Amino acid sequence: MNPPDAVPARSGDPLPQRQVALIDLLDRLLSGGVVLTGDLVLSIADIDLVRISLRALIVSVSERNPAPWPGAGPGGPTGTP
Amino acid sequence: MTAGPLTYVYAVARHSVALAQATHAVEGVTGSPVHLVPPARDSALVAVASPVPEDDFREAALRRHLEDLAWLEALARAHHHVVEATAAHSTVLPLRLATVYLDDDRVRAMLDDRHDLLLGTLEQLDGHVELGVKIYLDVASGTAPASAPAPDPTLSPGRAYLRHRRAEQDIRDAARQAAEEAAGRIEAIARTHAVQRARHRIQEGELATGPGTNVSNDAYLVPAAHADAFRIEATHATDGLTGVHVDVTGPWAPYSFATLPDPDEDAP
Repeated sequence: MNPPDAVPARSGDPLPQRQVALIDLLDRLLSGGVVLTGDLVLSIADIDLVRISLRALIVSVSERNPAPWPGAGPGGPTGTP
Repeated sequence: MTAGPLTYVYAVARHSVALAQATHAVEGVTGSPVHLVPPARDSALVAVASPVPEDDFREAALRRHLEDLAWLEALARAHHHVVEATAAHSTVLPLRLATVYLDDDRVRAMLDDRHDLLLGTLEQLDGHVELGVKIYLDVASGTAPASAPAPDPTLSPGRAYLRHRRAEQDIRDAARQAAEEAAGRIEAIARTHAVQRARHRIQEGELATGPGTNVSNDAYLVPAAHADAFRIEATHATDGLTGVHVDVTGPWAPYSFATLPDPDEDAP
C-alpha cells in the first residue's frame, strides 16, 4: 500500500466526483453495455434509432474529419492492444 | 387509469449483503428505489433494477422521449448513478441504456437463460476498470491558429493569403504528426497496463466538450492495480509535443467491455 501522500494530488487532475461529460457517457451507454435480446419491452434496434435521431448532436467519423492514422475508427473491443 | 410499472434493469452483478445495503438507498431513473432481482435458480447473480412507469417506458413513448436530449441526459445520468453505486461494491456488468422488461419475473427468466454467459463475463471483468483516453488537436480546423506568423506587409494580398494558408496547414500537419506520436506512446502504455481496447466514435458536434478537435476516442480495460499508473502515464503522453493534448477519463464501470459472447458460437 502506498502512503497516503505518495501520489500528491495536483490541481489539474480531474476529481472522481466530477460530473462526467454527457458525450462520454452516451458513448458508453449507447454503444457499450450488455445487449440483451428476447423478452424485452424495448429492443436494441430502437436504441439505434436514438443515435440516428441525435445525428445532429453526435456525429460519427466523417470524410470531413477523418481519423489521422490508419485503423482509428469506431469498433468494438479489439483485444490486447 | 394507471399503467402498471415496468422493470428497468441497469446492471447484473454478484449478490452480496454489501451490495444489497448499498443499493437500498439508491434512486433509479424515475426516483423509484432500486432493488435487486435474484434469479429463479440458486445463483450468485442479481439484476439491479427499479420500477418505471409504463406510460413513459413503453416502446413508442420511450422512443419519443429519447428524441428529447434533456430527457435522454436525465436517463443516462440516472442509469450511470445506479451503475456507479453498484460498481462501488461489486464487479458490475452494465446493461445497454433503456433495457426494460415487463416485470421482475421476465428479468429472473433472463438471468436464468443467460446465467453462464453473464457469470463468465463478470469473471473476466473482475478487478478491472475502464479508462477513456481521448487525443485532441489544439488547432481547430478552419480557424486561424494563434501561432501563425503575422502577414508579411511586403507581399501582395493574394500571396500573403496563400502564405498564411500554407502556414496554417503546416501547423495542422505538425499537430497531426504529434497526435500520431501521442497515439503511439499510448499504445505502448496500454501494452504495459491494459488488457483490452475499445474504440469509440470521434467526438464532434454540439456535445463535444473540447477544447480542440478530437482525433481519437478509445477506452481501455485496465486491472485496478494498474489504473493509477495508466492514468498518470497516459496524461503525460503528450509531454513535449506541440499542438496536441490528451484527456483521460474514468475510472468507469466497464461499459465498453460489457459484451456477451455469442451463445451460438463455441467458446474458444
